[in-house]
Amino acid sequence: MSASPELKSKRPLSPHLQVYKPQMTSLTSVLHRVTGVALAYGLFVFTWWLVAAAIGPEAYGMFTDFAGSGIGKLLMFGWSLAFYYHFANGIRHLIWDYGKMLTIKDAYASGFFILLVTAFMTGVTWYCLLTFAGV
Amino acid sequence: MKWDDHGMKTPLARAKGLGAARGCVENWIKLRVTAIGNAILAIWFFWFLSGVIGASHADFTAALADPRNAIPMILLIISMLIHAMLGVREIVEDYFHNEFFKISKLVGMYLCFFALGVASVFSVLKIAFTGGL
Repeated sequence: MSASPELKSKRPLSPHLQVYKPQMTSLTSVLHRVTGVALAYGLFVFTWWLVAAAIGPEAYGMFTDFAGSGIGKLLMFGWSLAFYYHFANGIRHLIWDYGKMLTIKDAYASGFFILLVTAFMTGVTWYCLLTFAGV
Repeated sequence: MKWDDHGMKTPLARAKGLGAARGCVENWIKLRVTAIGNAILAIWFFWFLSGVIGASHADFTAALADPRNAIPMILLIISMLIHAMLGVREIVEDYFHNEFFKISKLVGMYLCFFALGVASVFSVLKIAFTGGL
């Protein structure tokens, strides 16, 4: 049932993401996917951490040197931000799956709420890390 | 469809696996179940992390060797990897429209995640059984 190339090129396409005005609902949905992919990439570093510890002190030292470096800290900051967002919005999704808070008004209110939670938790985490853990 | 040629299957069995996602609702449920697992284990993980930041190799492996840490760590690895596999799969199926690239991406991703899972679980077990020596 494949259409001829000529017909395919002239077929009207439905409007895609970029023609819509960003909304709280679409923004939080896109961010959920983006942070999910970022966290999935983080699994490589997570595995490196555990494997390095299993190999020995030298390999573990290489990992901690990387994690403590400028680029390492930047990545850790990014992953902590992505984690808090994905965590908070994930719970919002579970509430929706349960059939609650499905109105536009609730979706906007919970959207603002999780963005605030993300900013607050990331801020508190890094404040503690820099002040008490000497990172 | 070759399974339309004979009447040995029920209508449900014929329909299974033929949806747009080539699968049924079980992946949707797995994604939610692992989400709940991740949420619970993430709280443990942050508590564990707060105790081992800046720790030496000996202190870190001693902490991880404790069954109260090694067991939740292995549970977290399994739950996270299943969640990541299903989540990334959903995105790939939505945005990769070329069948060849889509399947290649999914196969590569599954092999990668499986390798990460075996590597990290093996590492935790090695540390747990040897005390990190």
